[in-house]
Amino acid sequence: MGVEQCTGRVSVCDASFHHTFARKSYFPAVDLTNLTIDEISNLLSKRKASAVEIAQEHLEQIKEKDVKICSYLTVAPEKALAQAQAVDERIATEGKLPPLAGVPMAIKDVILTKGVKTTCAAKMLAEFIAPYDATSVQRLDSAGAVFLGKANCDEFAMGSSTENSGFSPTCNPRDLERVPGGSSGGSAAAVAANLAVAALGSDTGGSIRQPASFCGVAGMMGTYGRVSRYGLVAFASSLDHIGPFGRSVRDLAHVLHVISGPDPLDSTAAKLPVPDYLATIENGARSFKVGIPEECFNGLSSCVGDNIQKSMKVLEKLGCKMVSIRMPHTEYAVACYYIICTAEASSNLARYDGVRYGFRSGGYGGLRDMYKKTRDGGFGPEVKRRIMLGTYVLSSGYYDAYYRKAQKVRTLITRDYLDAFEKVDVVLTPTSPFPAFKIGEIINDPLAMYLADIYTVTASLAGLPGISVPCGKTASKHGFPQLPVGMQLIGRHFEEASLLQLARAFEKDGGFELS
Amino acid sequence: MALSEKDARYVAELAHLELTDEELKIFIPQLDSVLAYMEKLKQLDTNGVNPMAQVTYPTDENSSMRGDQSHKTFDSKEALQNAPEQGPGYFKVPQVIEKE
Repeated sequence: MGVEQCTGRVSVCDASFHHTFARKSYFPAVDLTNLTIDEISNLLSKRKASAVEIAQEHLEQIKEKDVKICSYLTVAPEKALAQAQAVDERIATEGKLPPLAGVPMAIKDVILTKGVKTTCAAKMLAEFIAPYDATSVQRLDSAGAVFLGKANCDEFAMGSSTENSGFSPTCNPRDLERVPGGSSGGSAAAVAANLAVAALGSDTGGSIRQPASFCGVAGMMGTYGRVSRYGLVAFASSLDHIGPFGRSVRDLAHVLHVISGPDPLDSTAAKLPVPDYLATIENGARSFKVGIPEECFNGLSSCVGDNIQKSMKVLEKLGCKMVSIRMPHTEYAVACYYIICTAEASSNLARYDGVRYGFRSGGYGGLRDMYKKTRDGGFGPEVKRRIMLGTYVLSSGYYDAYYRKAQKVRTLITRDYLDAFEKVDVVLTPTSPFPAFKIGEIINDPLAMYLADIYTVTASLAGLPGISVPCGKTASKHGFPQLPVGMQLIGRHFEEASLLQLARAFEKDGGFELS
Repeated sequence: MALSEKDARYVAELAHLELTDEELKIFIPQLDSVLAYMEKLKQLDTNGVNPMAQVTYPTDENSSMRGDQSHKTFDSKEALQNAPEQGPGYFKVPQVIEKE
């Protein structure tokens, strides 16, 4: 790539990065894209802007900027404007604002949206139009959110860089030559580039938290069962979660509150009451005991490690107590995770057979030949690799050595956490061992890509809630833009409120506020 | 190399994947390195450890059950709207019973 082009690209994303931090100086002049959910409520209730205006401004920005970033696979202006119009009418007639009134959102393309394409970034589902809404989508709709479109991701959410999208990779808005992380890279990039105020992603082994850290935004996965999975296209059912992205921790709380709770359509959605996260979110960091796993600094790049050390000092200053803990089974987590998730994936993806929906290959002989040609033509390389791995670890003769063994190790990893939570309230780690890497840098080495998930997969295996918040940036080198670094906090089962409270204190009092 | 070409072809057959020779040539060493890494778990003594299939929250045994009531679901038009090939009210598949 020529220097000219490179400089041009960097300056584009630099401008947007700078813009994110500098917004306060010229608000409230005209910018309707860099708003928080609280600010939107305020504008709408005081009639200073309409939901339609806010949606239009976002659609304009997408048209202008997303050619380079490719955070969206489908933009749905008609649906967005109709939803926004309905919100404005609701405000005019009822005078009361629903909780997410007029909030423009991106929905990861593995989550079903009625009447709008849901492709899973897969050729297999390139033309698939869902006949129903996911429960979380339906709840956001009732809460007044406006859906701008469907966000790019790794094919069937399998990947850590969004390079496995069957259509186009997404570029990181902080540096367009780098990946946004994955698999929910499009959702993270859209929020980072002000092309959505918030977004839904899905997280199986880190697919919300890691792209949030790469793009410098906040992202959260609730406890397994906190948010209904109905309408989330299944990858690994015992690990899949839907969760929010936002530019602030309060925005995560707003969205999480709306999408959480029991659902008759998902028997794994916990029948537990959902606390009012916003009611406790400003209670501060004082008295939190924060566990630091000794193992977490092994093999960590210094540009990430330095920021994590600084963040620990910030939390201490806010009144937290740092406690060194041991998580002895962490080094087995990636192996354990990739056995379990590929096993479940190989089973879940058996449904793509060219019969009921999706792609069907031509030129086949009999039924079996049709299945094989359809699956060969419809799936991309990473999906095929994972189906192969999953089929292998479940096959007779290997089941006990791989799958059964991994299920037992999953118990040990969960016990590490339960032991830790006897002594501490939350566990702190980096979200990723390194900041965003370059597009193409490790795509041909699947094992290296898997190993990058080391900090996120343990909470997924144990079903614990996790949040990633921006905690600093790498040093600027040779005129290249600084890259965001994320800090991960993991909490006890169903204690999302504590995580949000601590993350909010860190963001606000620690000076990491983006907006 | 632990994963032989014969094993890989057998697994692809089980998974209904028709992989080309070129694909196999790329995948076999990649899968082999991942499987070799997974061998790591053998270092751990898991005697007496219960396998964990899913995270569950503490609740009554039957709380995830619902009453056996019928509810509205898709009509055949909705169910067929994404079918690659369809006839009136049904999915069309290639001939299933092969001729002798």
